[in-house]
Amino acid sequence: MNPVDASNPLYRSRRRLNFFLLTVSGAALLFGLFWLTWILGNLLYEGGNALARATLYYQMTPPPGGDGGLANAIVGSLIMVTAGTLIGTPIGILAGTYLAEYGRGGWLANATRFLNDVLLSAPSIVIGLFVYSVYVAQVGHFSAWAGSIALGLLVIPVVVRTTDDMLKLVPDSLREAAMALGCPMWRMVMFITYRAARTGILTGILLAVARISGETAPLLFTALNNQFWSMDMNAPMANLPVVIFQFAMSPYEDWRRLAWGGAALITIAVLLLNILARALFRKSQ
Amino acid sequence: MDVAFAWLTRSFAFLVFSILAAILVSLVIGSQLTLEKYGFSFLWTAEWNPVTEEFGALVPIFGTVVTSLIAMLIGVPVSFGIALFLTELSPNWLKRPLGTAIELLAAIPSIIYGMWGLFVFAPLFQTHIQPFLIGTLGHIPFFGALFAGPPLGIGMFTAGIVLSIMVIPFIAAVMRDVFELVPPLLKESAYGLGATTWEVVWRVVLPYTKVGVIGGIMLGLGRALGETMAVTFVIGNAHRLATSLMAPGNSIASSLANEFTEAVGDVYFSALIELGLILFLITTVVLALSKLLLMKLARGEGSQT
Amino acid sequence: MDTSAVPAAQRPTIHTAVRATAPSDADVEPRQALRPKLSIRSLNFYYGGFQAIKNVTMDIPERKVTAFIGPSGCGKSTLLRTFNRMYALYPEQRAEGEILMDGENLLTTKRDVSLIRARIGMVFQKPTPFPMSIFDNIAFGVNLFENLGRRDMAERVEWALTRAALWNEVKDKLNQSGQSLSGGQQQRLCIARCIAIKPDVLLLDEPCSALDPISTAKVEELIHELKTDYTVVIVTHNMQQAARVSDFTAYMYLGEMIEYDATDIIFIKPKRQATEDYITGRFG
Repeated sequence: MNPVDASNPLYRSRRRLNFFLLTVSGAALLFGLFWLTWILGNLLYEGGNALARATLYYQMTPPPGGDGGLANAIVGSLIMVTAGTLIGTPIGILAGTYLAEYGRGGWLANATRFLNDVLLSAPSIVIGLFVYSVYVAQVGHFSAWAGSIALGLLVIPVVVRTTDDMLKLVPDSLREAAMALGCPMWRMVMFITYRAARTGILTGILLAVARISGETAPLLFTALNNQFWSMDMNAPMANLPVVIFQFAMSPYEDWRRLAWGGAALITIAVLLLNILARALFRKSQ
Repeated sequence: MDVAFAWLTRSFAFLVFSILAAILVSLVIGSQLTLEKYGFSFLWTAEWNPVTEEFGALVPIFGTVVTSLIAMLIGVPVSFGIALFLTELSPNWLKRPLGTAIELLAAIPSIIYGMWGLFVFAPLFQTHIQPFLIGTLGHIPFFGALFAGPPLGIGMFTAGIVLSIMVIPFIAAVMRDVFELVPPLLKESAYGLGATTWEVVWRVVLPYTKVGVIGGIMLGLGRALGETMAVTFVIGNAHRLATSLMAPGNSIASSLANEFTEAVGDVYFSALIELGLILFLITTVVLALSKLLLMKLARGEGSQT
Repeated sequence: MDTSAVPAAQRPTIHTAVRATAPSDADVEPRQALRPKLSIRSLNFYYGGFQAIKNVTMDIPERKVTAFIGPSGCGKSTLLRTFNRMYALYPEQRAEGEILMDGENLLTTKRDVSLIRARIGMVFQKPTPFPMSIFDNIAFGVNLFENLGRRDMAERVEWALTRAALWNEVKDKLNQSGQSLSGGQQQRLCIARCIAIKPDVLLLDEPCSALDPISTAKVEELIHELKTDYTVVIVTHNMQQAARVSDFTAYMYLGEMIEYDATDIIFIKPKRQATEDYITGRFG
């Protein structure tokens, strides 16, 4: 009898297994989406109330039991994320340029690529610990600079990676065409390959900004926190993630509400940055 | 000018190199006190007493490994199911929105997962799920010890679940990407022999993409091992070695987050920094191992191209 | 190699787009020898809104080699992919009409599509060895429908590889990855994989387009031998190849079946001007 027949028991058990496992796969999707919508829905529900109160945006973080907002933390986060991006981006772009344009497959480039991956996967709390030991412990006090440096160290590996990848996508023929005109290497990199890889690199920077905006761990031992308005880069500075952490862990209802508001705020900011990065990347293709 | 620019970029590449060396050196120097005092025994000492200044890393290491393992046990199969659905089963109009949703979820800051875990999940887990688990699984001989104890809501198991929810989008996104790279002809040849969708995915797509899949899993594992905020909120912060997964514990990252700014005394500081050093070494080893594995696999299939 | 013309008595008595009229009495006798394996009736095929095949009606004779030729995009591969419903993997593709095999309409049958595909093997433009050993590549398909012991399976693998003229080249390295073989060997491995499950029909979709001339010759020789047991349908962009390996040839253009007849008629004395233009290279 021909085994290729619907009555073949082996075939029937295979079909059943297939049906069962595909159902399980659909269930896995529902399972994943279930938690994730729950988390996001809860965040928007709890945070939405806090976000709707205008005081959130112009009042300082309150003492326990008091009423207040997150103004100093919002500004502090903006300052440190900006400073961190400004520190990390040039270093990342130049190092990435070396990897893609000069080092290529050389030993320094390959070693750096590997170490960059190590840096990329290093837990952010270890970066905080590092900045604490080499900076905070030496100058003797927590400061916004320390926080910015820690964030900058997180930006570097992301930007190195994308710069390297994006420059590698630029066809060599473009480089050869420029060189054939007698263009020196640095001008070629500055005016030809950077320009060709511009949007890709920008996407990487945006993703790096999104990543550090939500990072809490590296700021715990560097910027610490500040209950008051402070623009002094050499003093501890309030910032959203650490305020959220402290307030959420506290027993005070008002603080917890503010923590949810702050959490909703950074989540929205991070998601917007991501959507912007994708839109940009899609346009470039 | 040309030489200067080349030199400039090279020095910055070297900077990346030196940052990493600096991290390692600074952590070693910072933990010198405990390194000298305990040597390797630090790794398997469970004692953690700031008053008597006796420290050992066993509890946080155990907590880190256990929570990450739970996260992987739940996260990897679920991610695989999601990736399978997205590449083989999903109708076309659903692919893009679902895929984008998964990728965006990977970007949510981990502190959000921690807060949700503490305020929403832990109370529900405590009142509804945990008593059931303890009541059923807890009575199985030997194995049951893992689920014994009072229902506290927070603990290592809760931390593992929250971590798994956090890593699912990461792993699923990577798996989906590599599954999409499989040549359609390869899948069609398997379908052409009469294979079912599951057989095509399990026996052709998965072996073909194992390198990328392992990379994605390692990425998720690295995240889980080093994750601070999602764990700190829900693990319970107890320096006690417990056999039960339901018991509160501590991970390296959460010990650091909770205790570092309040630590007094040089030995205490040194012990905490050594914890950081251990965490850094663990994640680096995981990364190096995965790279090595990938290189080996790539060499094994080198003749393919 | 036997590339001689089909004797006039064996000319197709089967349904073609051109000779849609009933066969004359003189054709009745050989018609039994040329039983149609697949009967295509008024087939239309759509990629979304684009119609890629327009009202094709034809019979594919059993145990013969039938070739589809035509310029790229004429629908010849698409037509082939309807026979085992490979298009059904892609939701935006659909087919209308009838494809009858042994009296059953493959397009509307309630039978599971994997049963159809197991009886109609397919080989693709590029070799597609699975990421597993040579042995397992063959065993994969056999295991789907048969529970063979070790000995029986080893015998089946040897039989299939021998049939595909690959056994002597790989018998000492059955445990090596299928991807370690050369391109031509990989393609013969894929053919062996198909015949190991003993299908009725073999669909070859430009099987030599990625191969060098020596490997191509080996595959062509193989096709010639396979027709003693299988109904073979081959899509090719290479007209010489169609002339060398096939008994019947169909010329397609823009989704329509322009002419379908015995290969020697198509290549020596086509009835349609369009076919002649294409065959002689005046097409354009």
